[in-house]
Amino acid sequence: MLNGILGRKIGMTQIFTEKGETIPVTVIEAGPCVVTQLRTKDKDGYEAVQLGFGEIKPRKVTKPIQGHLKAAGRLVRFMREVKTTDLNAHTVGDVVNVDIFQLGEKIDVVGTSKGRGFAGVVKRHGFRGGPATHGQSDRHRAPGSIGSGTTPGRVWKNMRMAGRMGNDRVTVQNLEVVKIDLERHVILVKGSVPGAKNGLVMVSRAAKATKK
Amino acid sequence: MQQAPVIHEIENEYLRKDVPEFRVGDTVRVSVKVVEGTRERIQDFEGVVIRRRRMGVNENFTVRRIASHGIGVERTFLLHSPRIDGVKLVRTGKVRQANLYYLRGRTGKAARIKERRG
Repeated sequence: MLNGILGRKIGMTQIFTEKGETIPVTVIEAGPCVVTQLRTKDKDGYEAVQLGFGEIKPRKVTKPIQGHLKAAGRLVRFMREVKTTDLNAHTVGDVVNVDIFQLGEKIDVVGTSKGRGFAGVVKRHGFRGGPATHGQSDRHRAPGSIGSGTTPGRVWKNMRMAGRMGNDRVTVQNLEVVKIDLERHVILVKGSVPGAKNGLVMVSRAAKATKK
Repeated sequence: MQQAPVIHEIENEYLRKDVPEFRVGDTVRVSVKVVEGTRERIQDFEGVVIRRRRMGVNENFTVRRIASHGIGVERTFLLHSPRIDGVKLVRTGKVRQANLYYLRGRTGKAARIKERRG
């Protein structure tokens, strides 16, 4: 059984249940993916399936990659490795669709968060900033003290400061699959998912799902 | 913002088609399903539509009603929610604003709305 699939974040909306509840959902276009390579214990030291996803113009694919994808029978834009319980069940060129998941199943979603550029300490680490009034100047979003004086005479490692924020690999765990649309290759997932619209996401079975 | 076509298709499945056409300024009667313990019943709320936001499945509208003792009550409904049993147009109104927030400061005669014809 394949553990995951690649997809593209489309955006968010909401749907209703029969009970009348409104659920916020993220629409993910997942698959159809193609198996591009198998990682075996003998050759690679571990077992995994390499999946390919997305369309790309042939002229944008380098010759070495074209050679690599020859057996898969299709050019793809992204390739990622996914775990599997049984490697023998897959062969290169297999097509993987959203039906590997079931309704109500818990999943993890990996994406790349939106880049925020060089962000201050308030946005990046949730600092409170300085007082708004009482004669403060230039202290409204300042970090405050970053350490003691002569001892230790330096700033501790990992001190939270301003810097590049976002554009990181982010995993959201235990989201519920609310709807699967095999025809449109779409799954609806309860809650939000990291990254911008059209961003690549990897959907996999929840690693820490509690058994019911 | 431009909506992805796939989202549009998904939302279309959840849109209800049985709502009458109504505008801001109209008086409507909204039937809401209310759950009391295990029992479910239908409660009506009648008043003037003072706002309508069109956002696909998230389309919602606010109804203002003068309750007892002249206290204004506003309720916002999710138009396509299954909790809404139905919407009935009671009276059409002619207004010039998209949002009738000015009604909040008015009572009695000043809060009247002319009827729209044709």
